[in-house]
Amino acid sequence: MTSTTLVPDRPAGDRRPARAGLPLTRVSGLGLGVAMVWFSLLVLIPLAAVVVTASEGGWGGFWGTVTNEQTAATLRLTVGTALLVTLVNVVMGTLIAWVLVRDHFAGKRALEVLIDVPFALPTIVAGLVLLSLYGPDSPLGVNIANTRIAVFLAFLFVTLPFIVRTVQPVLAELDPEAEEAAASLGASRLVTFRRIILPSLTPAIAAGAALSFARAVGEYGSLVLLSGNLPMRTEVASVRILSSIENDNPDSAAAVAVVLLAVSLAVIVLLDVIQRRVMRRG
Amino acid sequence: MADSSIAAPTPVGRRPGRHVLRAVVVAYLFFLVAWPLYLVGRNAFADGLTSFQDILTDPDVTHALQLTVVIAVVAVVINTVFGVGISILLVRYDFPAKRALNALLDMPLSVSPIVVGLALILVYGGRDGWFGPTLEAAGIQIIFAVPGMVMATVFVALPLVIREVVPVLQEVGDEQEQAARSLGANAWQTFRRITLPSIKWGVIYGVVLSLARSLGEFGAVKVVSGNVLGDTRTATLVVEEKYLNFDKGGAYATAFLLALVAVACIIVVSVLRPKEER
Repeated sequence: MTSTTLVPDRPAGDRRPARAGLPLTRVSGLGLGVAMVWFSLLVLIPLAAVVVTASEGGWGGFWGTVTNEQTAATLRLTVGTALLVTLVNVVMGTLIAWVLVRDHFAGKRALEVLIDVPFALPTIVAGLVLLSLYGPDSPLGVNIANTRIAVFLAFLFVTLPFIVRTVQPVLAELDPEAEEAAASLGASRLVTFRRIILPSLTPAIAAGAALSFARAVGEYGSLVLLSGNLPMRTEVASVRILSSIENDNPDSAAAVAVVLLAVSLAVIVLLDVIQRRVMRRG
Repeated sequence: MADSSIAAPTPVGRRPGRHVLRAVVVAYLFFLVAWPLYLVGRNAFADGLTSFQDILTDPDVTHALQLTVVIAVVAVVINTVFGVGISILLVRYDFPAKRALNALLDMPLSVSPIVVGLALILVYGGRDGWFGPTLEAAGIQIIFAVPGMVMATVFVALPLVIREVVPVLQEVGDEQEQAARSLGANAWQTFRRITLPSIKWGVIYGVVLSLARSLGEFGAVKVVSGNVLGDTRTATLVVEEKYLNFDKGGAYATAFLLALVAVACIIVVSVLRPKEER
């Protein structure tokens, strides 16, 4: 990685085909080397260690751990709830982005800030926040603590910003002329939305959905106080991994972690593909 | 949404349906974010200021708050230097495997914090990690100590600076840098006089976002910290411990402080950002 040779790495869909990047100089080559060493020590080697540890027991050991009754239940709950939450986010996130871009009213800035709150708020505080409205002391009189709805709600809270923030800039740049033309040709609003607007938003929605799904699948902090972490009922994958670590069983922790890492990796590949497709088109 | 009349196309955003949409969005955000957030504030002040006095005079809590700030600041400095450097390399230079690196840099955002902690333990754990025993023999303890907590925090906030700086760098282009270089400026002068001022705002947003994320990291830090009272406990761990020990006042007060910082960070970014875009 510290090579200073000028190997041209320009695949077909590179970011800026028009302007070639500079070849590495001695200083920038050294910088890249240092950065790569740090990145490897911090991210790549530790993540590789998870995969290696999980594979030490062979395929049978891995499969046995992952399909263990309790583990399988946590994975089903985690992935199922994450999919459901992502679905809600696709609708609500697009809707919120729409209102933020196309509508104008007093207090819109406040909504903008609210959207980012789940991103900046510590996850343990997020759990406490939800608990204060939907927990035992709820002023609404609903108590969903320690149920599967709590898992759903926590995921919904922490993934709120993703689709809004990916769709918003695309929507803001959309040319209103095509919509006006469609409307003047007699297209109903629903048709205009489906035929004109939605196709341009789809890559952004897909990218946001992928991020939101990955975030939900790995969520931990907001559930600690909210879901009770009851085995077979409200225990999610991250909690399962943590209890394996605490029981000094790193092998099974690593096996479940590999499943989560596979999800993250799939999301990253998907994002890369989407990004490249959009770049090529626009 | 029900209105599909085609008789009189009104300008976009001036149709009756927008009130419905607006109401739905406002209600959704009110129930999901605004009201719960307000209640935490109210619960924190339920007994006036006593909860705050209690936590701020508790040496374990003040130590945790100090430790949180120290870890966050160190992590932000590391991520800023690394982030700005790698952004410049990614945007301005060509090297092998650039695309793979670009994609991998986003990985920390989608990895579960618990997996981050596990990964660090497997490599740096003192007992049977890959490097841990060697490092510990040399007198360097990483896991269950502050260095591990810094690493976990750096890991989870890694992409934030990069994601803010890369688009700005692409936007400003490199004409000015080329001009500076052709006039005889060396790499450092070019960076300090030309590149840094032009990406200043991107860096500032990245720093603020990383700071918010670093102060609030919970899962990854919990795994690698060992959560030793008065030693390796951070503010977020205090919230959990207080709540589980039925000290709700203390939990809400600490949570309120953390939420306050987080919201302040967002407001800073949202106030600064449009100014620059205008």
